[in-house]
Amino acid sequence: MYTMRPAEFDYHAPTSLEEALTLLAEDEGSRPLAGGQSLIPLLKLRLALPSALVDLRRIPGLDEISANGGLTLGARATHRSVAESDAVRSGWPALAELAAQLGDPQVRNCGTIGGSISHADPAADYPTMLKALGATVTAKGPDGERTLAADDFFQGVFATALETGELVTSVTVPALAAGTGAAYVKHRHPASFYAVAAVAAVVSVEDGACTDARVTVGGVTAPPAHAEAAAEALRGSSGSEEEIAAAVAQVPEALTGARGDTYASGEYRTHLAKVLAGRAIAAAFERAAA
Amino acid sequence: MTVTEERQTTTLVGESVKRVEDARLITGEAKYLDDLNLPGMAHVAILRSPYAHARINGIDTSKAAEHPGVIAVYTGKDFEDLPALPCAWQAGGVENFVNTPRVLEIDRVTFTGAAVAVVVAETKYAAEDALGLIEVDYEPLDVVVDVEAAVAEGAPQIHENAPGNIVMDWSIGDAGATDKALGEADVVVKERLVNQRLIPTPMEGRGAAATYEPSTGEYTVWMTSQDPHIMRLLMTAFVFGIPETKMRCIALHVGGGFGTKIFLYHEYVLIAALAQKVGRPVKWMETRRENYVATTHGRDHVAYLEVGAKRDGTITALKTKTYANLGGILSTIAPGIPTTLYGRMLSGAYRIPNISCQVLGVYTNTGMVDAYRGAGRPEATYLVERAVDLVAAELGLDPVDVRRRNFIPPDAFPYDPAGILNGLEYDTGDYEKALDRALEIVDYEGFRREQEAARKQGRYRGIGFSTYVEICGAAPSAWIGTVGEGWGASMWESAMIRVHLTGKAVVTIGTQPQGQGHATTVSQIVASELGIPIEDVTVELGDTLNAPFGYGTYASRSAAVGGVAVYNSLQKIKAKARRIGAHMLEADVEDVEFADGKAFVKGAPDTAKTIQEIAGAAALAYDLPEGEEPFLDDTTYYDPPNCTFPFGTHIAVVEIDAETGEVSLERYIAVDDVGKVINPMIVDGQVHGGIAQGIAQALWESGVYDEDGQLRTSSLMNYAVPKAEFFPPFEVERTETPTDVNPLGVKGAGETGTIASTPAVVNAVVDALMPLGIRHLDMPLTPERVWQAIEQAKA
Repeated sequence: MYTMRPAEFDYHAPTSLEEALTLLAEDEGSRPLAGGQSLIPLLKLRLALPSALVDLRRIPGLDEISANGGLTLGARATHRSVAESDAVRSGWPALAELAAQLGDPQVRNCGTIGGSISHADPAADYPTMLKALGATVTAKGPDGERTLAADDFFQGVFATALETGELVTSVTVPALAAGTGAAYVKHRHPASFYAVAAVAAVVSVEDGACTDARVTVGGVTAPPAHAEAAAEALRGSSGSEEEIAAAVAQVPEALTGARGDTYASGEYRTHLAKVLAGRAIAAAFERAAA
Repeated sequence: MTVTEERQTTTLVGESVKRVEDARLITGEAKYLDDLNLPGMAHVAILRSPYAHARINGIDTSKAAEHPGVIAVYTGKDFEDLPALPCAWQAGGVENFVNTPRVLEIDRVTFTGAAVAVVVAETKYAAEDALGLIEVDYEPLDVVVDVEAAVAEGAPQIHENAPGNIVMDWSIGDAGATDKALGEADVVVKERLVNQRLIPTPMEGRGAAATYEPSTGEYTVWMTSQDPHIMRLLMTAFVFGIPETKMRCIALHVGGGFGTKIFLYHEYVLIAALAQKVGRPVKWMETRRENYVATTHGRDHVAYLEVGAKRDGTITALKTKTYANLGGILSTIAPGIPTTLYGRMLSGAYRIPNISCQVLGVYTNTGMVDAYRGAGRPEATYLVERAVDLVAAELGLDPVDVRRRNFIPPDAFPYDPAGILNGLEYDTGDYEKALDRALEIVDYEGFRREQEAARKQGRYRGIGFSTYVEICGAAPSAWIGTVGEGWGASMWESAMIRVHLTGKAVVTIGTQPQGQGHATTVSQIVASELGIPIEDVTVELGDTLNAPFGYGTYASRSAAVGGVAVYNSLQKIKAKARRIGAHMLEADVEDVEFADGKAFVKGAPDTAKTIQEIAGAAALAYDLPEGEEPFLDDTTYYDPPNCTFPFGTHIAVVEIDAETGEVSLERYIAVDDVGKVINPMIVDGQVHGGIAQGIAQALWESGVYDEDGQLRTSSLMNYAVPKAEFFPPFEVERTETPTDVNPLGVKGAGETGTIASTPAVVNAVVDALMPLGIRHLDMPLTPERVWQAIEQAKA
C-alpha cells in the first residue's frame, strides 16, 4: 500500500483517432493516456490498474486551438498552450488566466484539457469554468460522435458521462456576447495547487443592468455547482457592492454536502465560496463594462 | 586570538567562491544512490503495516515466493538473531524505557508503515507485485496518536516496558526557585503551545545497497547518509557484532537530509543482511510514500508555558512542562533532541534567572520523531520568543523593548544561562547590534505608523520578531558523551591532508554533506592556508575507507568542528613546509616564514621556495633536513572545547486578509551572526533555505494522523512543502562576532533559518490580530485557522 511503482500494462501508441478508438474498444481494461498528470500518479499508486495504455500523443490534430466565433480546444491542448494562445487570451481571457495558474509549470506543460475534464477531479479548475461558460464537450466512441453540455458531462467525484471506450476529442466554448465579462477566482491548496474553492462568474450587462449571470462554484461540491439563486439575484442589478453582497449571501444554498479535508472544512470552503464569489462577480462586472 | 593575523594572509576565506560541486550536480554527472547499479543486483521491496497498532499472528509468504522473478521472501522471524537497533542518544541522567525497531518487526507493529516482510526480486516491479501476495494475519489493537491522550489514564499501552507510554521523564533547572519566582512576579502569563509534527521531505528519499563477500566476511553498504562512519559503528558494534574492519559504508551524493539521514534505519541493516542471505548485491530505494510514513518526522511538542515578569518587562522566571511525541518506536537519537537540544536552550537570548523544564518523552502510534533541521532549538526558540511576546502583550509593552530589557549584554559573555547548559557557556554575542540593524532595515517606527493607519482602515498588518540564539558545533566529547547528556559516543572530527609531489592537495574529512558544499568551503580553507589554487584541492568524503573516523554532518558542526580540524592540520603542514623550505633556502628555520604559498627568509620574499617545490622535495626526499620524514602530510583530530552560539534578529511583516484568513508575507528580514563566514554565498543559501522551511512550519506544513493512526498528509498533494513563489525576496544581512571557541572564528550557519523564522512569522500574525484581542494561535496558521480565530474574536 506504500507502492509507487506501476503494475504491468501494455502500451499502444496509435497514430490516428480511429486506431485509438479501436484499441480502446478491443480491450475494456485499457485506458487512454493524454498528458499523464493524473493517470501516471494513479498507476504508480496502483489505484489504476489498466491492462493497457493507449497513448494519444501521436494522433495529429488533437491539440489544435481555433477560434471561429466560438472557441474550440482540442482535447490534447496543454494548459500552457491554452494559457498562451492569443485566441484564448483575446476572446476568453478568464479561461487563459485559469490555465496560467493551473498546477505548476510541469503540469501545465504536460497536462491537457481533455485529460483534466475526463479525470474530473472535484478540485480541478476547468470544470467550474466550462460549466459557467456553457461549454460543450465533444466525445467520440464506438457508436460515433456526440456532443454534451458541460452541465451534463460532469457528474460527480471523478465521474463523467463518458462511456467506456469513448474519448473526449474537443471542448467548445461559445463566444462571449458583447457586454459580457467572465472571471475566475481560486483559493489554491498550498500543496497540490488544486482549488480549495473557486468561483467562475459570467455576467452580461446592457445599459448598466445585468441581463444574465452565471455563478459556478468549484472545489466545494462535485460536480461544480451553479449558484442559481445568486445568479438570479444579480439579474437586473447594476453590480454595486451591496447588490453583489446580497447575491453572494445566496451562494451557500447551492453547496449542500460541502467537502472537507485536513486542510479546510466544509464550513470554511462554503465561506470561501462566498468571498471568492464576491470577488469573481465584481471582476466579471468590470470586464463586462470594459 | 590569532584569527585576525591569519586572515591577513588568506584570500579565499570570506569570498563567495563558486561551488566546486555544482558542475557535476547541474549536468547530472553526480551519482546518487538510485544511480548505483551493481553487477547482478537484485531489488528489494518492503511490506509495511497498514495498521497503527496490531499484533501479528502469522505471515504467509508462500504465494509471494512463487511469483515470477522473486528470489526470496523473508519475515522478521528470519532475522531473529539480529538484535533491535541501538538507541544511541538517550535522555541524560534519567532512565529511558527504550524500544527500537527490529530488522523486520516480528509479532507487533506500533505505527502505520512499520516493516513486516521483505521481497527480493530480479526487478523492483516484480518485488512490488509480490508484496501484494503476502498474507499477514493482523489483530488490530487500540490506537492512540495524541501525545496527551497517550499519557492519560486508560490509554492503550504501546510497549510493555513503558508504563503510561512514557519514554523518559527528564527535568532541568531549579523547580523550587522557579515556582517561587513565579509566585513573586508582577504578572504571570500561561499558554499551551503546540509545535506541530513536520515531515522533513528531502528531495532524495532514503535507500541502501549492499554486497557481501563470503570468503572474507566483508560487507560493503552504500546508503543515503549524513554520517557513514556512525552507520558503520552502530551496525558493526551493536547489530552484527563484527569488527568495524568487516564493513565499509559509503554515502554517494546525498540529495538533502535535514536530519533524517543521520539515523540508522532498520532498512539499512536489512539490506546488508539480505546481501549475505541471498548471496547477491541488493538495493532498496524508498518511495515518497514510504518516505512519508517510515522516515523520521520532526518537532511534535505540546508545551505548557508559564512565564513571570516585572511590570517593566523584566522576565524573572520561565517554566515549562513539555510533552514530546516520539512516535511508536524510537529512532536513533530521538530522546536527545527534546532534552539536551531543547531544554538546555530555554534561556534564549535573555538573562532569565529562574528556569525549569520538565520533558516527558511519549510513545504514540505514529511515525518515528527525531532530529529535523534545528532539532530541539526551533522548539525552544519558538517557546521563548512566543513567551517574550506574550509578556509584552500582557504588559502593553513594545515587544522590541521587552527584548532589549532582557538581552544578555555583550559584556556578560561567556554567559551561563541559569545553570541549565550543564557546564557549557554561551561563547560570544552582541544581540542588540543585530536587532538594531534589522530594525533599521525594516524601518520599525515607520512600520508602526503605517500599521496604525492600516488599522483605522480595518486592515490587519503585523510585525513579528525573533531575536534568537542557538547552539552549534556539537560538541565537546567530554560534555556530550557523559552521563549528563547521554550521547553514547564522542563528537570530534578528523582531517587527513596529503600534499602530493606536484603540490596538489587531497583532503579527507569525516563530515558528509547533503548539499551544503563542504568540498567548496574546505577547499577555500586549504587553498587560503597553503596558498595554492582552489583547483588544486580535492576533497574526499563519504567513505569509511577514507577518513579515519568522523561523526558526520548535522547540528551545524561541519565548519565549526570539521573545518577546524582541517585548519589545524594545515598549520602542522605549514610548519613542516617551513622547515623543509628553510633547509632548501639554506637558512635557519627561525629566520624563515611561510606565507602565501611560499617559504622565504623574513624580509626577503623574492627568494622563496614555493609550496609546490617544497612538496616535491618532501616527496622525493633526496635532501631533507636531518630527521625529517618524507612527504608533506598530516592527520589531525579536533575536539572543540565548547559549542558555538550563533544569534541574530529575524523580522516578518505580514498582512492578513480578514475575509479569508489568508496570511500574506510582505517582507522578511534576517540579520544573522554566525561568526566568521567562509563563503557568504553558501551561507546565504543555507539561510534562505532554512528561512523557507521555518516559515513553512508557521504557515503551511503539518503532519496529521487521524484517530486510527493513518497519516492523512501522506503525499506532496496534501503535505504543503514551501515553493519559491510563496516568498518575497528575503532581506539577508549579517553582523560578525567571531567565536573564541575555535581559531577559524566560525559558529555554524546551517540551521539558523529554521530556528529563527517560525516564531517571527507567528509573532507577526498575532501582532496583526492584536486589536481583536488575540494573543496566541497554534501553527500552522492556515487561512481557516486564522479566519476561525477572527470570527470567534468578533463574536
